[in-house]
Amino acid sequence: MPKISLGPCHYFWPRKQTEAFYARVADTPVDIVYVGESVCPKRREMRPEDWIGLGRELAAQGKQVVLSTLTLLEARSEVGIVRKLCENGEFHIEANDVAAVQMLRQKRLPFVGGAFLNIYNGHSLRVYREQGMVRWVAPLEMGRETLTQLLADNPARVLETEVFAYGRLPLAWSARCYTARYHDLPKDECGLRCIEDPEGIPVRTREGELFLNINGIQTQSGRIANLLPEWRDMLRIGVDVIRISPRPEGTAERVVALAAEMAGEEGALQNVGAGTVEDCNGYWYGQAGMARVLV
Amino acid sequence: MTTDSVADTEAHGHALELVCPAGSLPALQAAVDNGADTVYTGLRDRTNARHFPGLNFTPDKLRRGVAYAHRRGRRVLMAINTYAQPRGWRQWTDAVDQAAHLGVDGIILADAGLLDYAMRTYPSLSRHLSVQASATSAEALRFYHELFGIRRAVLPRVLSLAQVSRLAADAPVELEVFGFGSLCIMAEGRCLLSSYATGDSPNTAGACSPAAHVRWSESDDGQLESRLNGVLIDRFEPGERAGYPTLCKGRFNVGGQTGHILEEPTSLNSLEILPQLQTSGIRAIKLEGRQRSPGYIAAVTRVWRQAIDRCLSDPEGYRADATANATLSGFSEGSQTTLGAYHRSWQ
Repeated sequence: MPKISLGPCHYFWPRKQTEAFYARVADTPVDIVYVGESVCPKRREMRPEDWIGLGRELAAQGKQVVLSTLTLLEARSEVGIVRKLCENGEFHIEANDVAAVQMLRQKRLPFVGGAFLNIYNGHSLRVYREQGMVRWVAPLEMGRETLTQLLADNPARVLETEVFAYGRLPLAWSARCYTARYHDLPKDECGLRCIEDPEGIPVRTREGELFLNINGIQTQSGRIANLLPEWRDMLRIGVDVIRISPRPEGTAERVVALAAEMAGEEGALQNVGAGTVEDCNGYWYGQAGMARVLV
Repeated sequence: MTTDSVADTEAHGHALELVCPAGSLPALQAAVDNGADTVYTGLRDRTNARHFPGLNFTPDKLRRGVAYAHRRGRRVLMAINTYAQPRGWRQWTDAVDQAAHLGVDGIILADAGLLDYAMRTYPSLSRHLSVQASATSAEALRFYHELFGIRRAVLPRVLSLAQVSRLAADAPVELEVFGFGSLCIMAEGRCLLSSYATGDSPNTAGACSPAAHVRWSESDDGQLESRLNGVLIDRFEPGERAGYPTLCKGRFNVGGQTGHILEEPTSLNSLEILPQLQTSGIRAIKLEGRQRSPGYIAAVTRVWRQAIDRCLSDPEGYRADATANATLSGFSEGSQTTLGAYHRSWQ
């Protein structure tokens, strides 16, 4: 059976909300929990040591904890934050940038390769495996057919494959903060306004179609990617870990439902309900990511 | 730093190399004739990030281009900077093989597997790290240098001038930065906006907001609409200048506001900060635009050749020339230019 993981939270929540969220998560059958700030270094409700402390609590409750690093590094101080995490001495790291991979390979530490390392083929997979990667997250735009091919070329299952299966897709990363831009504030004086939008800010086309979602320097999909119904298919092609990305509401419920479905409770996922935001699953079927393919 | 680049640095001092784009043989010739030190190119397929219909080189045309440049003492690079797909891996290694056989002076790569292949197969063929690899720190550069012996890296357009300078001081390889052309506002190689809307991205298909998905239509009241795979990217009033529907430069609605939520149609222009780039140790300035015409290439190459020569002969007295800026603006999206992320206030 595939394992269930909870990806790093991409949103900026008040500390109390974060703590309550993970307390709830600890009670679910989730196997792996990624914690840490992977989007913006200015968000400091939780400092690196706070994330490590939270990790210890989750680990004490039987969860495998992985610390996620920043995805886009610009200043030296940001590289320093990544280094601090890489030197935590306790938990595995999800390297979301090659800089983290470099730090970890120098220390000969095993790591998880994040989706933006851009591993699109078995040759790249081997390069990173040789540097200590023990699990990798497939690029979000990689479809079922390509992933099947890639995994078929790598029959020695010496590392785990993880697929982003639920939540808003992180589509792009920029030097510019779109939340600050929306509020007409310079990035350096953003006032951390992104804390006001626990699920980002929706972007619609001028004819009202839900298209994107702005979340600080990250641009997300407007629609919610949902590949949870494909879990059997993922198992068949060799996916080891199914990732759910945090949302303020309904996340723990989805973990519980997926675990129930895997345990044989037909319809558990359907009973959680689709919610109010449209779904998409196009990438998995080799189409536009925002497409909704009926299966 | 490789021994090659040490030798080069000694030979050229602190020269700034001008690296110009070419999507055809006439464009390559225009770049060389107007002062490019180096011209970068790509094959006519999805192995490079300007995979546009009718653009780029057949092996034969590229051989002629290399001969033209080499006779005049200039260099030619070949970009193989998309991410190789498992089905078709051979297409990417074939491109590396072609580059070696055609005698280009270096290849520009992003894919770790392909970098590994190139290093093992053609160790003496210079490897440059593409902007698509999104390396923004000395640690990332060391990774690519130690594992694949890259000689140079092209920096993403997300760093401020201060960050670029700092990186140049720490970098184990030569650095190349963008000077002019279309502006990617997202970290290159980490933007899936195009494939979210169309299925094709720069990483996989070598194209952003590809033309095959573009539809223009005019409403009864004269408004012009641009769509990408059905998604409304922009709507223009009669008489309003309508630009290509590049996804991040469209107008959308957020919280009751309508506008350029991500970026206005504008181009990068760093003429103004040329001396700072030079003194910080940047080795090469890259102009964007393999998709542009030979006339464009000739004009922008000439402007940059003159600017670099003026900057090198008198760095302190150098000022961006108003005529040069006007020429570049004329070639820019929306006739506007920006310093982009180089200037902190843009961010």
